[in-house]
Amino acid sequence: MKKPSPYWLLALLLTLCVTLATVFVARAAWWNEVPTAADWNKGQSAADNVFKLLLGEGRRLFGNEMFVMADAYFHSGYYPSIFDRQETEHDVAMPAHGQVEDKNSTSDDFLGPPPDWIAALHRHFVPNMHTHLDDGGPSGHMRETEVQEILPWLKLATDMNPQYIEAYRVGGYWLRRLHKPVAARDFLFEGLQNNPGNSELLFDLGWLYNKDFHDANRARNVWLAALQSWQAQDITTRSSVDGANGKRLYDGITVNLAEVEEHAGNWSQALKYLEMAKQVSPYSNDIQKQIDEARAKMTGQSGAPKP
Amino acid sequence: MNTIWALTGVVIKELYRRKDFYVLFVLTALITIAAGSVRFFQDPNIVRYVKDLCMLLIWISALLITIATAARQIPAERESRTIFPLLAKPVTRGQVILGKFFGCWLASGLVLVVFYTFFAIVTGSREQYWPVADYFQALMLQWIMLGIVTAMTLLGSIIFAAPSSTVTILFIVVAGILFLGGHLNTVALHNAEPLRSLIYTIYFIIPHLELFDVRERVVNDWGLVSWLDCGLAALYAVAYTGLFLLLTWLAFRRKSLT
Repeated sequence: MKKPSPYWLLALLLTLCVTLATVFVARAAWWNEVPTAADWNKGQSAADNVFKLLLGEGRRLFGNEMFVMADAYFHSGYYPSIFDRQETEHDVAMPAHGQVEDKNSTSDDFLGPPPDWIAALHRHFVPNMHTHLDDGGPSGHMRETEVQEILPWLKLATDMNPQYIEAYRVGGYWLRRLHKPVAARDFLFEGLQNNPGNSELLFDLGWLYNKDFHDANRARNVWLAALQSWQAQDITTRSSVDGANGKRLYDGITVNLAEVEEHAGNWSQALKYLEMAKQVSPYSNDIQKQIDEARAKMTGQSGAPKP
Repeated sequence: MNTIWALTGVVIKELYRRKDFYVLFVLTALITIAAGSVRFFQDPNIVRYVKDLCMLLIWISALLITIATAARQIPAERESRTIFPLLAKPVTRGQVILGKFFGCWLASGLVLVVFYTFFAIVTGSREQYWPVADYFQALMLQWIMLGIVTAMTLLGSIIFAAPSSTVTILFIVVAGILFLGGHLNTVALHNAEPLRSLIYTIYFIIPHLELFDVRERVVNDWGLVSWLDCGLAALYAVAYTGLFLLLTWLAFRRKSLT
């Protein structure tokens, strides 16, 4: 059989290349884009992701582990193992709940003095100081944006356990701190999609709209939804929220609603919310002071001569 | 010395003829690149989880390659009967052990250089930060640790019947030391006598391989470990490597090869 000329083969290959290129050109646009975590879950609900496919419902067990990883990254690896004294509270979550970061928490010196020379030598080869990523990290002068390193673990925690409210709240808080309000909003939306009507997530979303998007109207509506959701909950569900029968959350919602109404000049509504807050707030004296001020302003406005 | 180097060269050539290294390197590269291509919250600067994953894969791969290479050296020579012409030449059993040891150790060093170069390129291109000294120190400490593992594996290959059992047992022992070794003193405190003394004895006898694991420091940018501490750790490793090589020689010295 006569061998075909190499030029014919070359022409055939070129034709094949052009044909394939026209077939693949539509897909190439997607290839050039770096895939995001959401791309992997396309066509599925947020909770119906690759982890569900691989681990089934068992994935929920790993949710807390991922959250602990976020806390470990927040401490730049200086973190107790299962053999050491455990953290009672996760430092990474404290600012998200309006608490001051505890610089002297359990993890400050969970190791204690080294019991022998091997342990003493080992401490030179592992992270050996309690630091926080948002506070300069191990060197003391890292940028605050380094705290972004905890975010993948929070995302994974929610992927593993879509009902892990704490992870959504903490993730939303740090995204806000990193000046990424849109990402924070999307993350909270994802949380609400998996946990419809959750009062904590609604509270955080309202906060985000009010402080970062400066959209008081939307914030008011979201907080009202949070209040309704809270009122619809039974006492057990409320207790699981913050351990104080959910009063802290109720206090937060009503005080913020009062503030929004005050700015809008709706004094009677503001007073109503402040009265509601006073019933549960541990700072009832301060709330009473706010009520008195609001009353004075309200009478001042209504008694002022009209121009 | 020339005899030892000749044996060493043969072991290194064997490394690049076998597929173990290529398979593990490609796997490490693929997993790292796949993990690195995922963007969380559209932020391209998040990098530590990629570093963490890549370092873990480097540690697993390096241990697998080192243990698998060292475990089959002497049994393979015995099985193919090439040990007889080798010992018929003016080569002593001690030289065979030293040649095999240096061959496996240098081969693991070459593997580490390739893996760490990949690691530096991947993480450096993402975070635009090149802490070369940190990576060099991590590589050196891991390589020193692999010296102990190589010597342990050579001893195992003399004691246990087949390379497969040596690989399995050594991998379990090494993983056990890495995960639990440093905590045995804490575990001992929570036990009553005589278990407490037994656990303490094990704690002081085993080679503490976890001393050489600076992954957490590299991943979280803790900076360099003092070179004096590294020197102390190296001395510790030299002592254990020497001890295991001596035990290997004692076991191999009078062992029947038929």
